[in-house]
Amino acid sequence: MKGKFTGGVHPNDSKDTRESPIQNLPLPDELKISLLQHIGAPATPAVSPGDRVLKYQAIAEPSGYVSSSLHAPVSGTVKAVEPSPHPSGRLIPAIIIEPDGRDEELDLSSSADPDLKKGPEAWKKMVGDAGVVGMGGAAFPTHVKLNPPGDKPIDLLVANGVECEPFLTADHRLMLEEPESLMGGLHLAMEMVGAKRAVIGIEANKPDAVEKIRSMDLPAGFEVEVLPVMYPQGAEKQLIYALTGREVPTGGLPMDVGVVVQNVGTLAAIFEAVTKGRPLVERVMTLGGTMPKGPGNYRVAIGTLLSHIVENTGGLEGPAAKIINGGPMMGQALAGFDSTMTKGTSGLLVFGPGESRVLKPRPCVRCGTCVRSCPVSLMPHTLGSLVEWDQFDLLEEFHVGDCIECGCCTYICPADRNLVQWIRQGKAELITRSK
Amino acid sequence: MTNTVLSPAPHLRTTKTIETAMYSVILALLPGAAVGMYFFGLNAIRVIALSIVLCVAFEALALRIRGRGMEPLKDGSAVLTGLLLAMNLPSNSPAWLILIGCVVAILMTKHVYGGLGYNSFNPALVARVFLLISFPVVMTSWPEPKSFTLSLDTVTKATPLGDMKMSLLLNGNLGDIANMSLMDPFIGRLGGSLGEISALALLAGGIFLIARGIITWHIPVTYITTVFVMTWIYWLLDPVKYASPVFHMVTGGLMLGAIFMATDYVTSPITPKGMIVFGVGCGAITVFIRLFGGYPEGVSFAILLMNAATPLIDRYTQPRVFGYPTRKEAKA
Repeated sequence: MKGKFTGGVHPNDSKDTRESPIQNLPLPDELKISLLQHIGAPATPAVSPGDRVLKYQAIAEPSGYVSSSLHAPVSGTVKAVEPSPHPSGRLIPAIIIEPDGRDEELDLSSSADPDLKKGPEAWKKMVGDAGVVGMGGAAFPTHVKLNPPGDKPIDLLVANGVECEPFLTADHRLMLEEPESLMGGLHLAMEMVGAKRAVIGIEANKPDAVEKIRSMDLPAGFEVEVLPVMYPQGAEKQLIYALTGREVPTGGLPMDVGVVVQNVGTLAAIFEAVTKGRPLVERVMTLGGTMPKGPGNYRVAIGTLLSHIVENTGGLEGPAAKIINGGPMMGQALAGFDSTMTKGTSGLLVFGPGESRVLKPRPCVRCGTCVRSCPVSLMPHTLGSLVEWDQFDLLEEFHVGDCIECGCCTYICPADRNLVQWIRQGKAELITRSK
Repeated sequence: MTNTVLSPAPHLRTTKTIETAMYSVILALLPGAAVGMYFFGLNAIRVIALSIVLCVAFEALALRIRGRGMEPLKDGSAVLTGLLLAMNLPSNSPAWLILIGCVVAILMTKHVYGGLGYNSFNPALVARVFLLISFPVVMTSWPEPKSFTLSLDTVTKATPLGDMKMSLLLNGNLGDIANMSLMDPFIGRLGGSLGEISALALLAGGIFLIARGIITWHIPVTYITTVFVMTWIYWLLDPVKYASPVFHMVTGGLMLGAIFMATDYVTSPITPKGMIVFGVGCGAITVFIRLFGGYPEGVSFAILLMNAATPLIDRYTQPRVFGYPTRKEAKA
């Protein structure tokens, strides 16, 4: 059945910033561009302290096939390459650039293809050179996704405009304000993977975005699907199932069922990379939650300190008790605002005291809501208890590897059990043991 | 900036807690309890109050002995067990009987196994069956229902299921039962345990629980349907010896058991498929005991037997995980 995957939960969508147009932020005095902004190997720096760089100039190269390059968002001077706070909580080397305020751009005309004459193979390279990664949160290098092996024919390209995480509205605003880039990117991506059809999946809580895209005179083979509001509707495999009824096999990828999924922000970045030769040096993110004085959707340079975003939007109403990088269902809690924007930072949420209790897990009462809410049909209560009691050997029998870590089970658990955290812990333990 | 909470995702949690479930079930039991109070008078109120107070007291004692703190007391599970036990007892139960029941339910069935979430059997049901086997006379002397009075004098009366079994034994037919009105038992005017008499009130509670999402339809619907279909088949085969399916619906503890006891989270299967197996199993055992067993009523035994089978049922009814072949595809 179309539009319905198994399980899922209904948190309040809290899309408070849906009406806020995308705004630009003033440039910070310092940018810290982390070498790890994507899934895969960290990038290798291509500049040294003291070098002058131009806006859009490559400053780090991919260190392998699944890796990505980095570019300077401003013109300025490289101050250092040193370990800096990363959203993951670790210290990861970052290239530190001091802007000179002149915003001198690298000449991009030679790497652009404004008339779309160069063809799919050249475009794939351009996307890779531009350092485009998945902007829905996972930050998987896009050129890898656009290059499925020959034995995996692709018939459908899915544009993911679901944005099912509560609070986040960056994709929503992008669909409203830059539909041309999104549709242009969609065309290019279809050509690159050889897909004949495209579906743009949007949740029903964004009727204006649906209308906007439908009003764009869609060519044949393009469809807009309105999907019920249900978390995690935007999870890749669940979205494919909801739109096509195809199930990505366990351990498989969307290309195994002839589909490639791209986030709408990524598609816009693909369009910029191909038509203007412009690398990914900024992105739209949502500043939200209850504490920011200036919540909204902002276009922010990659490498901007999170504290800069907060300070230049009016600051906070009071002390921050919880800071989340990303959405509230899958985002990471941060210890402060000292880490930086990465290509995968879709949101920064700040909450106050009283909104961030630490819950003490109680015994499972076997109510079964976790089983019914699991979009993968796992038995989260069993997995959680196995980890709680150190029974790691049994985890694989209960398909721990198929967990997508969406957090539905933990959200719904009436006994405040940290099910998804235990499952992550169990997965990590199995990886450690297999080494 | 160092005082932020670094808890893992998800950072949002539902507002439905264990307490929501427990107090919703208690609320849903109130109509049934109220009918019991109406027909059995002050005695019923005494049994309910005593059972709840004793269950909570033993819960506190057990938590204290186990050094668990008093926090779990507020989860409402002991109140619920007390109310359920009272509703499973005759309304004239003496205090000592209730006391023993509460000891069996809270200490021997629940806390010996680790408290809420860890017991394999429904505490109130184990207590009821323990009392039924140990003190059969007290447990089967049901006061006759009458409109509410403050008098404590009662005339005792057998249940329709008991009458049926006796008549079958003595005369080989259903006797008076065959012609009894079924409207009285539907609203609750019949002999029986304090809280089982009104099918109507219990059904109302069940609909409330399903509508609120506290329980799912799987167990009550499959349980009641199985009893209906099986007794209907026997009734068609021989209406002289077997009572009508409607009679089986409205008498005895079927509604109380199917809606409130078989659906106990802790002791019933967790998967939707498992719940269906569980419901059908409960129904079949209930019918076999009622029609062919030594006891007139089989609901308690049926649920307890299926409680024992719950881990096995869960194991073999795991949902097919997303992305794995269906059973059909696996065979192909």
